[in-house]
This record gives sequence, structure tokens and C-alpha cells, in this order.
Amino acid sequence: MPESDNLVEQVLAGNRRALARLISLVEDGTPEANEAISVLYSHTGSAYTIGVTGAPGTGKSCLVTELVKHLRTQDKRVAVVAVDPSSPFTGGALLGDRFRMRDLAGDPGVFIRSMATRGQLGGVARATFDVMRVLDAAGFDYVIVETVGAGQNEVEIARVADTVVLVDAPGMGDDIQAIKAGILEIADVIVVNKADRPGVKNTVRALKAMLELGHRKREISHHGQVMIQTDGFEKTLIDDMWQVPVLQTIATQGEGIEELAQAVLNHAEYLSSTGIQAERDRVRLQNELINRLRDRLVYDLLQRMPSQDLEKLVTAIAARELDPASAVQSLVSNSKHE
Amino acid sequence: MGERKIRVLIAKPGLDGHDRGAKVIARTLRDAGFEVIYTGLRQTPEMIVEAALQEDVDVIGLSILSGAHMALTPRIVELMRTSGLEDVKLLVGGIIPEEDISKLKEIGVNAVFGPGANSEDIVKFINEIVVV
Ligand SMILES: Nc1nc2c(ncn2[C@@H]2O[C@H](COP(=O)(O)OP(=O)(O)OP(=O)(O)O)[C@@H](O)[C@H]2O)c(=O)[nH]1
Ligand SMILES: [Mg+2]
Repeated sequence: MPESDNLVEQVLAGNRRALARLISLVEDGTPEANEAISVLYSHTGSAYTIGVTGAPGTGKSCLVTELVKHLRTQDKRVAVVAVDPSSPFTGGALLGDRFRMRDLAGDPGVFIRSMATRGQLGGVARATFDVMRVLDAAGFDYVIVETVGAGQNEVEIARVADTVVLVDAPGMGDDIQAIKAGILEIADVIVVNKADRPGVKNTVRALKAMLELGHRKREISHHGQVMIQTDGFEKTLIDDMWQVPVLQTIATQGEGIEELAQAVLNHAEYLSSTGIQAERDRVRLQNELINRLRDRLVYDLLQRMPSQDLEKLVTAIAARELDPASAVQSLVSNSKHE
Repeated sequence: MGERKIRVLIAKPGLDGHDRGAKVIARTLRDAGFEVIYTGLRQTPEMIVEAALQEDVDVIGLSILSGAHMALTPRIVELMRTSGLEDVKLLVGGIIPEEDISKLKEIGVNAVFGPGANSEDIVKFINEIVVV
């Protein structure tokens, strides 16, 4: 019996050590992980996923902690995946979110995993998504993913969640950046945390103004419909009547958490009652399929091709003897004749 | 396809004040290419072992300045055993008297590093002891 079979059985039986091991295999991109997921896949699809993103230090981890505590009062089992960037130079990472989640320690209904972005083939979003799948199959009712909303990676990760919570705080001066990274567009619920600090009203007002701008633009260009944008491959138009709420919280005092939980619940109900949830899932899976297929085909083709052939082509392209598109054409037609 | 990364948990058990030393070592290990989970101050043995299990770390590094190493470490070793973490390496850093070092090693601590320890040595030790 392969190791992965054993691991899968243990994960399904609720063994936390096995769950942690399997997550590592997924992160490492091992063949065992693929085998395991192919068995676990039929057990997925029941967890609700929440992405929590926002600028560094806005209070995401504290907020996640409070949200988890709230969900625990309803007896929901909750997993948290806290993603932090790897250093592009050393490949190392300092994962510090767990430090803020110490209040959750000792609760058997909670599982916390820190994850570095690494240099994943196919993007970190895929690795995160697979980790979320494993947690879903392991029976968690909610899977919450925390990412620092600073770059494209983070937007990608947040996009795999059912409800995306964008966290801001007064005096961060990052409002413009949030728009640049496209985060405001994917936010379903906006939270202004640290509402005990001066400047809350300004931050709320600024965010509301930006939301309105965003909405008007959507309505003008898409006649009241919203695009589910997916890697530029497929766009689906469905009516989007969701009004993004802008909430205020004080995570360190547990204030506003019930309202946040309610907003997430409202959004979940909205998604399922409008059929958007099912549509999103389909589009997401189609994208994943196409991305995986693309990676696989490229990998197979490069495997079959002697490396000097590739170098020759690159040399020819660099010398302007051949253009890149024609090079691709010749690669593809050559590989067909084999 | 992917890459295997050495994962290290840095924790500070016990009740003593600051965690400057633990933070410095956490950063050093990150710069050496490890994935470091930093859990900070005032961690109970239960919290440390639970975190090590969930994070599936290869190494647990304890920073103990309070002199409570002989109270805390055996408890951690015992919890590691009952949680199935026998294969996780355990390092202790701090001011540990010579006679306690051998006692700690006897109960299963893989290495003890004093306050003057060279960070390169710690990195080298981890790279050697963890089977990737
Ligand atoms: N005044 C105040 N401080 C807060 C509040 N929420 C969090 N903080 C503080 O903000 C700091 C950062 O909190 P975290 O929860 O670690 O923030 P984060 O967004 O997860 O940070 P990164 O993961 O590093 O991006 C901590 O010192 C918290 O104590 C709040 O509502 N009010
Ligand atoms: Mg955080």
C-alpha cells in the first residue's frame, strides 16, 4: 500500500499528525500529494472558505483569531492557513502569524498552518488551493486563508476564497496601493480595523468613495453585470447586486466581530441564492484545469526535446533570425510528428 | 517538481520577559533558507508541541533564559513522544549549566547552544541533522 493511501485514511479519520504531514507533501509538490488529493477530492466541497487580506500590520491575524473564536461558539470546526512571502533570495521565510493566534491554542476544533509562498510552479495559489482542499476533506466547516495583500500572488490566493475580507486600518496610507493591486475589486466585505485609533472615519469614507467609483465603472462598462475574471481565459457575466459592506472592528477588544461574521454569512447566502457560488466554482475549476493542462503540456514537450534544441531556438530568436511566435509554431508542429 | 524546505519552530517557553534573542535566531534561520515559524513568548509545553505538530516542523528550537530548562524541557520531550513527534529534532538555546547539558542530551535533546553560540554553527547543525 503506498504511503499516501495510509495517510489519506488517517486524514479522513481525523488524525492531525497525518493531516500536517499531507499538507507538507502538498506544499512540496510531491507525486504522493497528487495521489492523495485524487482520493480525497470526492470528500471536498463542503467547507466554506474565507480569504482575509490587507496591508501588513492592519490586524488580520488578530481579526482571524476573533472570527475563529466566534465560529467556535457555534461549534464550527475551523482551519486557518496563514500565508507569508518567502524571500526570493534565500528561499527562507519568517512565519509570524501564529504568534498572534495564541488564544486559539489547545482547541481541538481548530487547526492552524503557516505557509510560505515559495517559488511554486503554477503559482502559489494552486498550492494554497490544494492545501485548502485537504483541510476541506478533513472535515473543517470553515477554512480561512490570511495573506498579506501586497502583490499579485496575494490577490490570486484571495480569489480562491468564497468570501474575501479586505482589512484596512486608519493611518496606513495604503489605500491607493490596495486599488493598484486590484484588491478592492475582489473584496466582498471591507473591514476597517483598529477603530479605536484616530482617523477611522476618514478611512471609512475613503474606502466607500473608492468602492462607489469601482461600482460605477462596473455598471457603465458592463450594464450592471459583474465579470468573474479568471486568468484572462474565461469571463462570465452574471448580475451582481452585492453591496460591499464597510465595517469597523477593534480586533484587540473583540469588537465588531459579530457583525463581521454576519456579513460573511450574508455574503455566503447571497452567493448561493443567486447561483453565483455554483457559477464561480465552475469557472474556477475550468481555469484550474486549463492551467494544469498548460503546465503539463509544456512540461511534456520540454521533456521530450533535447535541451540544445531549445538553446538553438533561443539563439536564433536573439539573433533576430526567427521570431518567438514562429519558434513556437515549429516546436508544436515538430512535436506532433514524433 | 516542488522543493523540500526545512521547517523550524522557534518558541520561548516559560515566563521570563523578553524575546529578543529568539527573534534574532528566527531571522538568522530565515536568512539561511529555512521556513521559520515564530511563536513568541510565554508558550506552554502543550502549545509548543501542538504548534510543532500542526506545522509539521523538522526542528523545534527552544529559547530558555529563565533557568527553568530542567522543568520545561522534559515535559516537552514527553509531549513530543505522546504526540508521535519522536523524529522531530529538539534544540535548546540559553544559559544552561554544564551539568544540565548532559542531562538534557540524555533525555533526547539533540543540541544545546549557549548565549555565545555562533549562528553559523546552528545553521550547519540543522542542515546536517535533518534528513531531507
Ligand atoms: N489599537 C489596535 N491595535 C490592533 C488592533 N488589531 C490589531 N492590533 C495590533 O496591530 C498589530 C498587528 O496585528 P496583526 O494581527 O499581527 O496584523 P496582521 O495584519 O496580521 O500583520 P501581518 O500578518 O504582519 O501583515 C499588533 O500589535 C496588534 O496588537 C485593533 O483593533 N486596535
Ligand atoms: Mg498576520
